[in-house]
Amino acid sequence: MSELLASVPFAIQATGALVGIAGALLGTFLVLRGDAMTTDAISHSILLGIVLVWMATGLTSGPLQIAGAALAGLATVLLVQLLVRTGRMKDDAAIGLVFPALFSVGVLLLNVYARDVHIDAHTVLLGEIGFVWLDTVPVAGFEVPRALLWMALVALVDAAFVAAFYKELKLATFDPALAAALGFAPAALGLALLGLTSATAVAAFDAVGVVLFLAFVIVPPSAAYLLTDALWRVLAYACGIAVASSVLGYAAAVRLDVSIGGSMALATGAFLAIALAFGPRHGLIARAIRRRGRRSSNENRALCVHLHHHEDDAEAEVENAVQALRAHLRWSDAHARAVVARSLDAGLIRRQSDRLLLTAKGRATAREIVAPGEADGTE
Amino acid sequence: MVEAFAYLNDATIRTVMAGAALLGVTSGVLGTFAVLRRQSLLGDTLSHAALPGIVLGFVVVGGRSLPALSLGALLTGAAAALLMLLLTRRTRLKTDAALGIALSLFFAAGVVGLTWVQGHAGASQAGLETFLFGQAAALLRADLPWMAGVTFFSLAVVALFWKEFEAVSFDPEFARAQGLPVPVLDAVLTVMVALAVVLGLQLVGVVLMAAMVVAPAVAARQWVRRLPAMVALAALFGALGGVGGALISAVGRGLATGPLIVLCLTALVALSLTLAPERGLIVGLARRFRARRTLRDRQLLEALRRLQEAHDDPSYAAEQGMVDAYFGAPTRARFRALHGRGLVRRVRHMPDERPHWEITARGRDHLRHAQEADDADVNGAADPNGADRRRAANGTRGAEEPVDAGRSGGDR
Repeated sequence: MSELLASVPFAIQATGALVGIAGALLGTFLVLRGDAMTTDAISHSILLGIVLVWMATGLTSGPLQIAGAALAGLATVLLVQLLVRTGRMKDDAAIGLVFPALFSVGVLLLNVYARDVHIDAHTVLLGEIGFVWLDTVPVAGFEVPRALLWMALVALVDAAFVAAFYKELKLATFDPALAAALGFAPAALGLALLGLTSATAVAAFDAVGVVLFLAFVIVPPSAAYLLTDALWRVLAYACGIAVASSVLGYAAAVRLDVSIGGSMALATGAFLAIALAFGPRHGLIARAIRRRGRRSSNENRALCVHLHHHEDDAEAEVENAVQALRAHLRWSDAHARAVVARSLDAGLIRRQSDRLLLTAKGRATAREIVAPGEADGTE
Repeated sequence: MVEAFAYLNDATIRTVMAGAALLGVTSGVLGTFAVLRRQSLLGDTLSHAALPGIVLGFVVVGGRSLPALSLGALLTGAAAALLMLLLTRRTRLKTDAALGIALSLFFAAGVVGLTWVQGHAGASQAGLETFLFGQAAALLRADLPWMAGVTFFSLAVVALFWKEFEAVSFDPEFARAQGLPVPVLDAVLTVMVALAVVLGLQLVGVVLMAAMVVAPAVAARQWVRRLPAMVALAALFGALGGVGGALISAVGRGLATGPLIVLCLTALVALSLTLAPERGLIVGLARRFRARRTLRDRQLLEALRRLQEAHDDPSYAAEQGMVDAYFGAPTRARFRALHGRGLVRRVRHMPDERPHWEITARGRDHLRHAQEADDADVNGAADPNGADRRRAANGTRGAEEPVDAGRSGGDR
């Protein structure tokens, strides 16, 4: 155990995985609620909170820092809501105004007062997970990296929050009006969620930096959301993706000698790409296949309607032949043959020398379209 | 003061001010369209996405040449915009999630790229990190013609496609019905925002460009309601904020330029929000205060009239203390004001020394007129003044109305 904790790669990967799990737990709800860019705003303006707490107490980490930054995050959210409520601007514009302003104040304060201190704006933005093992505290006889310890505590709080309010969060996310009617106080719950997000962001900034924290909050839940529909599965998949990203990202970063945090964030992107392409129902390939299926079934139905239309016609001989389809349905010969073959397979039509005839099933299909409601009895 | 003028003679500072002005004009003009199309945060995403492009440009050219870095930034910005479009159009992810995904992934790629350059291309990369927050002092005189060219190009495109941009910004459905190529125009406007972002790299940096796009437009919107005026004013505000921030940064050496420009722009927004003549918060408060006073005056007159009626005495005068008790607030000052307008009359019933008030004939007329105006308001839009007043009360008219209606559901 103590050897494991002393191992540098383990400390780094575990910290990354904890950032990922905490981010995924909160991020699932944030993404589903449409608060992704609010998270962006929060993760920037916590810089001001970090700087103010540092100026007041001289501390750069610990519970005071986390509380102070959480307050800065909440202040951002409330300020945005206040601006929106004046009716003078939309919420996206308000976000775009508030966080650059707060972030700017933070950067300038650092510029003026903290030229040589451990915290600087670059660290807050980019983080340096590679150094987490340098700063350790003894816990029960083991030297535990401080960032790992704080991340573990914050992730625990996040998990407890999600577990305790799972039902309420679910309802507030998918049906805020009903949640309000049932007295679940969705607004307060939303603020609590965003407050926890700020606290998690500040605990994570040492490790991955705030912008990469944003990747951990938004990308794994989005990828999970493309893979599955049930909320608990989205949560589980997102956590899994986050942990896998930490491990893979670390390996890639070591091999290429690049930023570990950035590499971990990029790994979440790789999972998103996979989900985007291969998601079973919502992925691009599944959608394309479904669309093609819909199109071919539409073509079969068009053929049935065409045959039905000319069934008792004097020109049925001419119209209901494969050759005529080119002129009337504007299909090429090859395409017409393909549709006819498909419809034959589906048992919608049968062939009699050159003529195409509807089967009972095909006639029912056509009737359903031409005269909906009357077709019931024939099938 | 003299010192400030001395600074104006400094060639470096003149360069910085000219660059900041160019940037302000461009981002003000293009930001107006972004804000109206509810894409305020697009600037944020595109600017973060510029970071890998900067690294790319640096690696390809092998040095810190602004045009090369800018071209790289434009390319990755466009790629991020494409990713965002793919995610919103082809999946069930919401716009804000798509923006966040593009932002964080491209920025991560930039960070990875920065560290890669650091490890593989020697120490000469030191300059690249200044693009995070901007560094005015690094702006060269040779960069100016190039920045002017970009500004001129964007302004020319906006002027050329003014009608089309106006249509897609206010009512994309209508624009589509008119046969305009809405997706193409959307793409053009998006790329233009990327252009503004690229201009700001050197001065503001990638992290804070969001404000550069949003703030001038929001400030301008408070003063005017028509698009041409809004665009012009946003350009002016953008230039003012840019020059102001750059100047402070140049004078107070070592202060990052980006944050200073952003704070100048934020100050302009705050001033506009409070002071603007029609939509300003102060005017709004004053309007509300006046409305409440008018209502209280009517309540007072109405109370006097009803008391007369109830007592069946056309000269019944109410005792002021009693009216105070009824309204739960002192009414003396309002009675005096009404007295000044001839709507009430002061009566004394000696030996009772307390003041009494009686509604005058003019007061009754006043009440009747107010009542008639209300009825006309309620009875519908037949009264043009009433309709006007209602719209003014809602605070939205002109520019914003079609945006609310057209854009809200149009994202997908």
